Amino acid sequence: MLRVLFFARIREQLDCASLEVEWGEGVASLDALQAQLAAQHSQLWADVLGQDNIIRAVNQDVVSDNCALADGDEVAFFPPVTGG
Amino acid sequence: MPLSVSVQAADFDVAALQRALLQGAQAEGAVASFTGYVRSVNEQRNVAVMELEHYPGMTQKSIMAILEQSASRWPVLAASVVHRIGRLETGEQIVWVGVASAHRAAAFSACEFIMDFLKDRAPFWKKELGAEGAHWVDARAEDEARVARWHDKPAR
Repeated sequence: MLRVLFFARIREQLDCASLEVEWGEGVASLDALQAQLAAQHSQLWADVLGQDNIIRAVNQDVVSDNCALADGDEVAFFPPVTGG
Repeated sequence: MPLSVSVQAADFDVAALQRALLQGAQAEGAVASFTGYVRSVNEQRNVAVMELEHYPGMTQKSIMAILEQSASRWPVLAASVVHRIGRLETGEQIVWVGVASAHRAAAFSACEFIMDFLKDRAPFWKKELGAEGAHWVDARAEDEARVARWHDKPAR
């Protein structure tokens, strides 16, 4: 199982804070997971997850390129951060 | 050396934090600190209330990594970050960074380094609530530029 989290503007746009995705060949990479999430739901999900400034983190570390996902990974999608 | 991160809804007492930092450092010398407050006007928008969201777990982990980087770069004796989350009103304290070192140069530099990286890396998001409605604050290119100047080589 992959645990998928959304934060801030993306969470609001999708009206979803988290969901679980069965791990498998089709979602064995970050790009594949993002593509599946975009395709599986509605046009809204495709639009929101197609934005080019989305930051992606795997197991709470930001990743700048595609990477392999393993069963049990935590994946997060969020907009550029604005703390401080 | 003592490095600490606290992500909390409650307000904080800067004087108490600074005393605790010095105790942790077990040395005389210098403390540099930074306190951030909620602005009443941000990019021409009037702000009454701010809501701060974060990514529990990753927030603490990412700030601790920044503190460790600062300690590997300067002779830091102790460093702390306190960052608030939840609902904050105009004028309230949001963030405090404190660094103790034997001399001022390292304390100033490490404090600024920590704040610059926190703004660019720690997963917090600000949402302003004002007369004009709710507005997610946009990341500023200037903040990214401030991080880039700490790199010896061209960044990322």
